[in-house]
Amino acid sequence: MEPSSSLLPKDLQRIYKSLRLIRRAEEEVARIYPSDKIKSPVHLSIGQESVAVGVCDVLGRNDAVSGTYRGHATYLAKGGSLKGMMAELFGKDTGCARGKGGSMHLIEANANVLGSSAVVGTTIPIAMGWALAAQKRKTGAVIAAFLGDGATEEGAFYESLNFASLHKLPILFVCENNGYAIHTPLSKRWATEHLCARVATYDIPTFRIEDGDVFAIRNVTAWAVDAARKGAGPAFMECRIYRWREHVGPGDDYHIGYRQKTELQPWIETDQVEKVGTMLDAADRTRIDKAVEKELAEAVAFAESSPFPKPRALLENVYAG
Amino acid sequence: MPAKAKAKTSKSKTGAAKASGGRLLKYVDALKEAVIQEMDRDPDVFVFGLDVDDPKGIQGSTLGLQQRFGRERVFNTPLSEDAMTGMAIGAAMAGMRPIHVHIRMDFLMLCMNQLINMAAKAHYMYGGQVKVPMVVRSMIGKSWGQGAQHSQGLYSMFMHVPGLKVVAPSNAHDAKGCLIQAIRDDNPTIFVEHRLLYPTEAYTPNDAYTVPFGKARVVAKGSDVTMVGVSNMVIECLRAHELLAEAGVSSEVIDPISLVPLDVNTILKSARRTKKLLVVDNSWLACGASAEIVARVLEEAGPEAGIRVQRMGFAPTTCPTAPNLEALFYPNPATIAEAAFKLAKPKARPWKPDPKQAQLAYQMQFRGPF
Repeated sequence: MEPSSSLLPKDLQRIYKSLRLIRRAEEEVARIYPSDKIKSPVHLSIGQESVAVGVCDVLGRNDAVSGTYRGHATYLAKGGSLKGMMAELFGKDTGCARGKGGSMHLIEANANVLGSSAVVGTTIPIAMGWALAAQKRKTGAVIAAFLGDGATEEGAFYESLNFASLHKLPILFVCENNGYAIHTPLSKRWATEHLCARVATYDIPTFRIEDGDVFAIRNVTAWAVDAARKGAGPAFMECRIYRWREHVGPGDDYHIGYRQKTELQPWIETDQVEKVGTMLDAADRTRIDKAVEKELAEAVAFAESSPFPKPRALLENVYAG
Repeated sequence: MPAKAKAKTSKSKTGAAKASGGRLLKYVDALKEAVIQEMDRDPDVFVFGLDVDDPKGIQGSTLGLQQRFGRERVFNTPLSEDAMTGMAIGAAMAGMRPIHVHIRMDFLMLCMNQLINMAAKAHYMYGGQVKVPMVVRSMIGKSWGQGAQHSQGLYSMFMHVPGLKVVAPSNAHDAKGCLIQAIRDDNPTIFVEHRLLYPTEAYTPNDAYTVPFGKARVVAKGSDVTMVGVSNMVIECLRAHELLAEAGVSSEVIDPISLVPLDVNTILKSARRTKKLLVVDNSWLACGASAEIVARVLEEAGPEAGIRVQRMGFAPTTCPTAPNLEALFYPNPATIAEAAFKLAKPKARPWKPDPKQAQLAYQMQFRGPF
């Protein structure tokens, strides 16, 4: 899809910056990982950035996201601090969760990034509760609840669709369907691939994006968020996407036999980071790339130089108040 | 006899409340009054759960709330305990104060992922960035054939996990005060109710007040043996206390009220004095509240304190429905008194009270089905 004619060069630059920052941040995480400075199971979003970026580009500051354990992209796209994330991965006291959450539990309350969970599907009802509060308080805010294809097999997913539709909650369900739950393909898990049809029976509008196109994702989100703000209730978007790296860890896994590298090739050819990058003036792109590298270097330096939590922190924050 | 037992129960438990003014109120009405007063005070409090707005209103404890506060603040849900629990957590993280109601504690098993993996941990694993001020009301059933899945006291599962608070008030006064405390608390609280306690009355102040968590109450004084009762077992221990007095044994009865945090000191102080501790739980013994209480007391006291301990609770079986088996499944005032007597006077000739004397009003008056 071509970008909407209403998108100005500065919009394209913003979208590219976000895509590029996430890609490079995770490449940097993968580079550092073998040093064992990051002791946290990392589930990299490399190749899946366009979903988080397309959705979050529409959301305002008062809107929220909830993510999955593959959540670096969601966190960064919604405005989570890169320094806070990097320090968290290093287990430092300055991390976004003070070194107590790690990669799978990134959070930034100020940016309305709800925390994510290591247990698949668990954050879907949490996001719904946030939407319920927004509805009750009439804030006009909307939440995008990110989930993977595996989460659609959990009961909580269907319970949430039902309730969200019944109460017309301001929530956009965003399914990042990368085709695998760890190493198990859809063909071994789904009786049919008609996910949108399943969801549609709850009287929820559904959309399916086949190619990870950031502008298509952005357009659907814009429609859904506008509808939700007007009280129309939830919407559902399934984004087919591809995980380039291994399920968990910094490398790739095409050698272990559950998928072929030929699957990856078309996704590299339509890589959204590169695609949006080529839409920019070369000078703008270079400027953004430099800014990203600077930001990244600063974040890594911040994580490196930050202290670990003090021993007494072990017992802090068990209870609030 | 039942009426007498009932009157004694109310009087002995609530002396403190009576002194501060109030009127006799049923446990069920105390629960409702707590919620009404908190909802009047704080617009962020809301009540939801299966059947909270149905004609029976959770045995009356939510009756009329929807008429008073509207469907926005009091609403029924689909049979989706997992997602509804997560929704409460999300709303709480967004700053509201949900009260999620379950008519049986057994149903909490459907909520375990959310309660254990999210509610208990969110404040910690998100580095203190969020709070989860929610209340999970749950009722334990007993008798009239409630059976395997309507009778379980499963609170020790929640005691096991840091981040949750667990309270089990045994009378109307504490039910109201604990519920208000739970609503105002910034942490997730598992609020344990007992079906048989619902009609029991206690002097209860009219105004809103809190019963602090982590403070046990000595509900009957004595010097020969210390009995700790959990939830409705406080009532059963109080009757045993009376029976023991007739047999010349002076027993102290302690109601922990809150299990997390647990006031070990009050129990320890009593047990140091009597040197005998009997913990009577409304649940199984293995890894249960009774195990925790005994272990904490003995660890603190050390072997030199010379405290002998015993535990009573559910038989190590699933709860049966045949009335005679069901009766054997639970401790009762007669078996409690017998055990306490033996603990207090190990060398005396064994004594057991007349089981007929041990019957309690709240048990005898209860008619099913629910």
